[in-house]
Amino acid sequence: MAEALLTLDAVREALPDNAALTTLRDLAVSAKFDRNELTITVAPGNIVAAARAVQAAGYNFFEDCTAVDWYPSEPRFQMTYHIVSTTLKQRVRLAVLLEGDDPAVDSITSVWPSSNFYEREVFDLFGIRFVGHPNLVRIMMPLDWKGHPLRKNYPVEGYR
Amino acid sequence: MSPVAAPEMVNPGINDVIEDAKRHAKDPAQDQTMVLNMGPQHPSTHGVLRLVLEIDGETVVSMAPDIGYLHTGIEKTAEAKFYQQVVPLTDRIDYLSPMCNNLCYCLAVEKLLGLEIPERAQTIRVLLNELTRIQSHLVWLGTHAMDIGALTVFLYCFREREELLRLFEAVAGQRMMTSYFRIGGLSMEPPAGWFARVQKFLNMMPSKIAEYEGLLSGNPIWYSRLKGVGYLSPEDAVRLGVTGPPLRASGVDWDLRRDMPYTGYEKYQFKVPISHDGDVWARYTIRLEEMYESIKIAQQALDRMPEGRITADAPKIILPDREEMKTQMESLIHHFKIVTEGFGVPAGEVFQTVESPRGVMGYYVVSDGTNKPLRVHMRNPSYATLQALETMCKGKLLGDVVAVIGSIDIVLGEIDR
Repeated sequence: MAEALLTLDAVREALPDNAALTTLRDLAVSAKFDRNELTITVAPGNIVAAARAVQAAGYNFFEDCTAVDWYPSEPRFQMTYHIVSTTLKQRVRLAVLLEGDDPAVDSITSVWPSSNFYEREVFDLFGIRFVGHPNLVRIMMPLDWKGHPLRKNYPVEGYR
Repeated sequence: MSPVAAPEMVNPGINDVIEDAKRHAKDPAQDQTMVLNMGPQHPSTHGVLRLVLEIDGETVVSMAPDIGYLHTGIEKTAEAKFYQQVVPLTDRIDYLSPMCNNLCYCLAVEKLLGLEIPERAQTIRVLLNELTRIQSHLVWLGTHAMDIGALTVFLYCFREREELLRLFEAVAGQRMMTSYFRIGGLSMEPPAGWFARVQKFLNMMPSKIAEYEGLLSGNPIWYSRLKGVGYLSPEDAVRLGVTGPPLRASGVDWDLRRDMPYTGYEKYQFKVPISHDGDVWARYTIRLEEMYESIKIAQQALDRMPEGRITADAPKIILPDREEMKTQMESLIHHFKIVTEGFGVPAGEVFQTVESPRGVMGYYVVSDGTNKPLRVHMRNPSYATLQALETMCKGKLLGDVVAVIGSIDIVLGEIDR
């Protein structure tokens, strides 16, 4: 297994021709190349711009978005977007770090409508709000449910 | 004037559909509409999908799916289990293709661990994945035909599926929830004579698929119920995240087995069937062709089946043989440690995708270095494809909704998780 590259400069040096790295030259905050997977972290306010940029660079297919709860450390939540290019046959992972217990981030439904259900799922299970989402309601849990089950401080057996 | 849905409604919720019906009721210039509840206990919704439809006579004006009836919190449960204990949970996500789920999860954890899987285990994995694909497509064909009204095909499909389930039972001890793949390889060697049984099945199967085609393809009712129904353009398919046979039926040439190969698929020769029609008929023909291709891949796997181990060389991760465990001190210690406290996985995050019978299935596994995963997330194909249902059905007949649901091969277990 090759050694993981953990800094932006090292990743840029190792992958000089990568389309996503080139197009996100100004937006990338940090980058990681580990186990043949490229992760680019951008600032929370820039996610829509970053999504548009990678889409223009040929990463046309939105596959997945989800969150990771790093409780109790801060920044607590990590939003992860997986985007694949059907022409380059490459995948890029965009990440956004969010602070606090009531985080919000811009919705990327304007770039890929397919992120609609995925963002609703994250809202339902993690309680991250998506600004500009057309229909942000719970999708898995009942509409009157209290709490967000996939948060680390939510007990596995539930509260009852 | 016939009513149209409000233009800003994209993937609406159930309340939006009800509001839209009220808006039409207030507008004297437009016909009144009716809100119809379909499911969750409806035989043609393949489980517990609930649809709320606004209809004008027989025409669908707007619609919204309501899901979550099968939500069992598998992602949350996985965080409380050791890595090896998550494998049986993955069977229960997409219960029609358990082997694809097992494979995807095992590949993700193996990537985190940096394990090399022996050639023989990889080949058996490919063989079983293709048999799973045939099995899943048989269930799809049988139930889809039954939704449309061709009841006979169901019995024919389940006859062959039964043979496949017997093969799975022989190899794993379980018919549906197999859990046969383990992190680092397979749980056990296939029994004696099993490969000969698979060969017999592969010899018999092409004529059976021809039999289904004979029952359906020339049937004028079947043709008129499917042809031109549920059109999805390639742009919409990509925009809405559709994968698998519906994506290829819309003319987008994307199959992970060929384009991002995993577990040795690059060594096999096969064709990726593709169509540009984008309708239910195209999805039907593509799945039938896929079954023929799966037989070809399975045959190649059988022919090249190498000898050797079926597990990687990692005694701290893979349970030792029963015999070794009872005679060697070190194996006993490893066995005790794996069973009681699992094994640590190096910190990191991976996203592994496989081509399941329904499309792109992905497992996102995050490790913080302990013996339990910090996060396991499943990207399931039906979940994304469900978003395209509204685009395919809007403005079309209510009866076609049933045909379209059948054509996207929905499995509610993997949608709700």
